[in-house]
Amino acid sequence: MAIIERPSSAPAVPAVATPSSSLGALKRPMMETGWKSWLFTVDHKKIVIMYGVVAMFFFIVGGVEALLIRLQLALPDGKILNADVYNQMFTMHATTMIFLFAMPMAAAFANYFLPLQIGARDVAFPRLNALSLWLLVIGGIVLNLAWFLGGAADGGWFMYAPNSGPVFSPSNGVDFWTIGLQIAGIASLIGSINLIVTVLNMRAPGMTFMKMPVFTWMILVVQFLLVFSLPVITVALVLLMFQREYGATFFDAAAGGDPLLWQHLFWIFGHPEVYVLILPGFGIISEVLPTFSRKPLFGYPFVVFSGASIGLVGFGVWAHHMFATGLGPVSVAVFSIATMAIAIPTGVKIFNWLLTMWGGKIWYTTAMKFAIGLVLLFTVGGLSGVTHSVAPSDTQQTDTYYIVAHFHYVLFGGMVFGLFAGFYDWWPKVFGRLLNEKLGSWNFWLMFFGMNLTFGPMHILGLQGQPRRMYVWTEARAGEGLFNLAFWNMVASIGSFILTAGVLAFLINIVYTAKKGPKAGADPWDARTLEWLTTNPPKPHNFDRVPVVHHLDEFFHRKYEEDTATHTMRRIADGEDLVRAEEAAADTDIHLPGPSYWPLMLASGIGILGLGTIYGVPVMVVGVVVLLLASYGWVLEPSVPDASEIDPPSPDGSTKEIASLG
Amino acid sequence: MADVAVHADHGSGHGHHSSTGLSNNKLAMWLFLGSECLLFGGLISTYMLYRGRVSDGPHPSAIYDIPFTSVSSFVLLMSSLTMVLAVSSAQRNDDSKTNLWLTVTALLGSTFIGGQVYEFTAFYREGLGFSTSLFGSSFYTLTGFHGVHVSVGVILLLSTMGIIRKNRITGNKAEVVEMVGLYWHFVDIVWIVIFTLVYLIPA
Amino acid sequence: MSAATEEKHDTHEHGLSDAGYIKIALILAAITALEVSTYYVDFGPLFMPSLMIMMVVKFVMVVSYFMHLKFDNRLFSFLFYTGLGLALFCYIVALATFKFFIA
Repeated sequence: MAIIERPSSAPAVPAVATPSSSLGALKRPMMETGWKSWLFTVDHKKIVIMYGVVAMFFFIVGGVEALLIRLQLALPDGKILNADVYNQMFTMHATTMIFLFAMPMAAAFANYFLPLQIGARDVAFPRLNALSLWLLVIGGIVLNLAWFLGGAADGGWFMYAPNSGPVFSPSNGVDFWTIGLQIAGIASLIGSINLIVTVLNMRAPGMTFMKMPVFTWMILVVQFLLVFSLPVITVALVLLMFQREYGATFFDAAAGGDPLLWQHLFWIFGHPEVYVLILPGFGIISEVLPTFSRKPLFGYPFVVFSGASIGLVGFGVWAHHMFATGLGPVSVAVFSIATMAIAIPTGVKIFNWLLTMWGGKIWYTTAMKFAIGLVLLFTVGGLSGVTHSVAPSDTQQTDTYYIVAHFHYVLFGGMVFGLFAGFYDWWPKVFGRLLNEKLGSWNFWLMFFGMNLTFGPMHILGLQGQPRRMYVWTEARAGEGLFNLAFWNMVASIGSFILTAGVLAFLINIVYTAKKGPKAGADPWDARTLEWLTTNPPKPHNFDRVPVVHHLDEFFHRKYEEDTATHTMRRIADGEDLVRAEEAAADTDIHLPGPSYWPLMLASGIGILGLGTIYGVPVMVVGVVVLLLASYGWVLEPSVPDASEIDPPSPDGSTKEIASLG
Repeated sequence: MADVAVHADHGSGHGHHSSTGLSNNKLAMWLFLGSECLLFGGLISTYMLYRGRVSDGPHPSAIYDIPFTSVSSFVLLMSSLTMVLAVSSAQRNDDSKTNLWLTVTALLGSTFIGGQVYEFTAFYREGLGFSTSLFGSSFYTLTGFHGVHVSVGVILLLSTMGIIRKNRITGNKAEVVEMVGLYWHFVDIVWIVIFTLVYLIPA
Repeated sequence: MSAATEEKHDTHEHGLSDAGYIKIALILAAITALEVSTYYVDFGPLFMPSLMIMMVVKFVMVVSYFMHLKFDNRLFSFLFYTGLGLALFCYIVALATFKFFIA
């Protein structure tokens, strides 16, 4: 156990470390600095920083892939990529952006701020948290390993049959894809169970469900979506794996299989997945908009319940991705109506955000700009989404650039802008320094214009009939006049470079801030929620004293009091002072779960086992052995001291606190 | 029975508590089982869709041996009884009884696995390979997945027993046994569904 | 964990006695016997519905009694039955689009 004992005034230094041997073989890795302190950590904040680095790396990888695609399509008969590499490029662009950037980055935000927002010292299962991270890393490596071992997956991110079969995908790319996604899926499943239990069980005293910040609520909904949708994609991936490796014919129409079975399984997962991607962005701006409008969120319960109902209805609309497959009139009608229905809770949210800003004293920080950008751009994407719900219109749009335009408006304009709003809002919380606002402004405006220039013209391209996933377009079929494909393709490609410049501004901002950024005070934004009731960055144990919650927006209500006469809020305390007060009243002994070797080892075992399905049984056996050894090490390692040690203080004079199992 | 809940009962001032009063582990386990419903649901649906698609090799009705499968289903069902007895012994802190019932459960589970190995071998001899037909692939995938779950369950049972014997348990003993029990019963209810949908209802 | 806290928790940890569990197991065994009998005896039009009902009864009995869901906090039931409900909904709808339930 890493036991943190500190006198109340001194800075938090993990003082006493009692390495307890596990299995009599390996001592606990107790180091507090150096690379080992990262590899074996179970601290949710350290894990998140690694999540963030990994996700940012894959954001750049996916971005480079996107740039290559736009370079290829800038001019007719592009010569930069051949058809085969182009197929790999768009498949891996989508796969990387969704599974290796968007989900991990959202998981990073969730993992960092969810425990802080509910007043917890860590997640419910710290070791499982580390396992999630390492499984994600290994899944990402496996997915991208294929680039160097015969070619990456090339069937499109939804990998329809027969593109997924050996005829159209002869390389091992799809095999690595199925394994990599299964491993990343296990990572997300474990992560989601962990976070749900954290929300259910680790809330600070007084924090009822309806006092939870909206971000925490949206993350909770997302985790439920993940728990119940990931097993479905797992089934699909397992069936595909058995088809490619062991000669089954599940999706092979020639052998009597139903390619549509894959489509159903994929989209039963895939549609909830869309909300998995967008809801964290909604959550983030539901925190950012009130903070920078200096007003509480308008209609908190509506935002919460509309988020939850988006989650629920999200399970009943998957077949709208399949309108063009000939489902039959009844199915199409039902799914069409369900899809239109989901626009209602989404619209509710947009009005709530607008009314939050209405009459507020708006503070145009970069975070706020990104949040407003989200509301604008997501609305555009949402409206084009409504046009898809009309089945006859969707039949025209399917597999054209119109669809590409739509989902980039919701995913880039919605999710990515939400994440960037989060970066600027919470950067001081995580790193203790404020990101530069001037560079931030460049970052926002370049991204905003770049994004509209890139994806806006795609509406026109699509309606003019340019199909997605075609590696060239030809002059002869480009048409003339205003809707000429050549012009708009060039605009989109130029836009993509402006967008890239925006992202570069962000990367420069990170480096600049790390070197020269001003240190942030405890409460730089006059924030509202509990995560600010601790130092920037927070200490390993998060809160010096576990807060007792009385209000929604607890931190705000500790700073302001309503003047009953004028019905205005009067400042009664300073955020900085509140944090100092917490430090002064710190708990004397705080116990955190100890670092562990086993998550990394267990994850490696699963990775080796997965590669074994491609490279044969001996590799699988090695994987299983590593997996079993790691599991036993895990189980036998006392993450928790014996319950009997709680009441009578243990020999070192401190009472043992149970963090949790896991 | 949660460690966390116990701690909350002690009214600890240093902030660790469980908001619902329930065990973290049990919540996680039930969530996992809820998730597993969608996993097995997908595999069962795949089988249901493909059970009649026999391009080659034997038809289901030609190879299913209902009396044999009934016996192994019964064995698995009874292992749920022995498991629940193990859990209740563990809650009474009766280690020797707990170990006894865990052993019996593991034995019954192994018998079921043995039966499945025998069944697969027999089917294979009768001409149903994994890739013979869509029926074959989906049958082996579904029952194989279930078999792997039972095998993992047997390993869990034996490991739990070993750890209790050596007194190396790191959590709350009764809760650990209960967790293994929940997993084991889930594997059993999946088989209840498979037995009816796959074996008893003809394609 | 001390025996004292153990007892304290047992008071709100209901369940059946061992004899009760055996009784449940006997009922389950009897239903299984009835299920198997459908293979030998012709149930006519009752065949499918009776098998489905028996399956559901067995399922619910194991979940409620052996897995203690009946005696436990409702949150556990919510988590499990949400998963089960979504599985039933999604897969039945998916199979329906293949015209699985017609003919």
